[in-house]
Amino acid sequence: MTTRAGFHSQIDRLQEELVLLGSMAEKAIRRSMDALRERNVPAARGIMHDDNAIDEKRFAIEEKTLNLMARQQPLANDLRTLAAVLLLASELERIGDHAEGIAKIVVMLGEEGYVGPLHDLEEMAERALGMLSRALEAFLQQDADLARRVCDEDDGVDALQDVVYRRMLTIMRADASLVRRATYLIWVSHNLERIADRATNICERVVFLASGRMEELNVSVY
Amino acid sequence: MIDQKVHDQVQTPIQPDAPRLSEEERIGIIGSPNRGDCIMEPIEPVALGFEAFSLWYGAKRAIQDVTIKFPANRVTALIGPSGCGKSTLLRSMNRMNDLIPGVRTEGSVYYRGIDIFARDIDPVEVRRRIGMVFQKPNPFPKSVADNVAFGARVNGFRGNTRELIENCLRKAALWDEVKDGLNKSGLALSGGQQQRLCIARALANEPEIILMDEPCSALDPIATLKIEDLMRELVKDYTIIIVTHNMQQAARVSDYTAFMLMGEGGAGQVIEYAPTNEIFTNPRDKRTEDYITGRFG
Repeated sequence: MTTRAGFHSQIDRLQEELVLLGSMAEKAIRRSMDALRERNVPAARGIMHDDNAIDEKRFAIEEKTLNLMARQQPLANDLRTLAAVLLLASELERIGDHAEGIAKIVVMLGEEGYVGPLHDLEEMAERALGMLSRALEAFLQQDADLARRVCDEDDGVDALQDVVYRRMLTIMRADASLVRRATYLIWVSHNLERIADRATNICERVVFLASGRMEELNVSVY
Repeated sequence: MIDQKVHDQVQTPIQPDAPRLSEEERIGIIGSPNRGDCIMEPIEPVALGFEAFSLWYGAKRAIQDVTIKFPANRVTALIGPSGCGKSTLLRSMNRMNDLIPGVRTEGSVYYRGIDIFARDIDPVEVRRRIGMVFQKPNPFPKSVADNVAFGARVNGFRGNTRELIENCLRKAALWDEVKDGLNKSGLALSGGQQQRLCIARALANEPEIILMDEPCSALDPIATLKIEDLMRELVKDYTIIIVTHNMQQAARVSDYTAFMLMGEGGAGQVIEYAPTNEIFTNPRDKRTEDYITGRFG
């Protein structure tokens, strides 16, 4: 007879809830990029409103994790898993905040046009969300090798942000009246770059979970 | 006597409108909405309730004015330092204290709406419906099978004894380990197996409530975890009330926790009673916080 089956199934359920939080955050980012592309202010306001649900989910996961820690005295891998769940919940909730940040920029821009094409930002979003998805997969599988590979992708997102930044600087230099709108797009790129950073944080925690060692996995060249 | 009274009331739950919480809701409970002070008022059906209950051993008051309700089909843990009256309270739930000379009680203990301390109530019948498992495994010096069947036979069981034995041993998660040695002595089993045999013996009397007084204190950690897992299984069909010195065990296994302390007069009182999540993460009374964080005394 396996002992503590109830406790371990509660840990499994908690991990499932964490993946659900991850998908909520991912969906919010996709919606915010859609709103940006379509200059859809009502949709952007909807994203800002819906961030509450992500916050609530994070708090619910934290509460359940703390209860499990207080009541079940987790040790070894169980303890590292629950510690990781706490950190991941926080990172995922902050990714939801980045979606809200992009949505706010959409609202601020209103009907105004963009100062340049959005394809680099779209590319950043795809890469960052790909990293997030694989980071969560690495967490579920406790796969340190996959986590390390995901971290290697962060430089690519940083490089794209650098491209956006330089392009916007060029635009601002050429026409001072575009400074405000160009700055907004730099802010969008910053939000997207931070998503990749948070995916990297998640991966560092996966390596800790799998190996018990704390490592900083990717010191960016940027 | 209690049989007829119970029979009359069996179809009448004590709180017919009380909502049944799902596992998810129960885990998520942070405070009972009815919790006006530190003593929770359960929002689930109640199996057993104390009303202004006090108990004296001779001139010494051991329990002082306890009012508390224990939810059905839940594990409730009684915790507190030595001498706080938790075992006395537990033993009052099936009148085990009657066996001690000089015991006197005030107030009531309600089971299915009946005061089990009323004059016309047969304590033997109370103990059949509210069974008990003790600190040290105490199987009879009989075979495994006879240990299970003995109490039921004494109580006039007329069904299929073989089935009864297998059912109870299965429920006690012991069947697979003893099915090939049912005629061997119960005393030949390991400590953890003996305790599960005692649980099977208690189940044979078809109780509704099982009282456990430090049931794992004589067991090793793995045997302890097996008993704890068993409690989580049994609680689907029974109400379990457990006294434990082991706070971690109370935290692991119980749905609700009552913290008891000796009052100024030396008598045990319930200081705080709440969902276990709350007791162990955010107790309301400083004395509870001090006890569970080891700052007590």
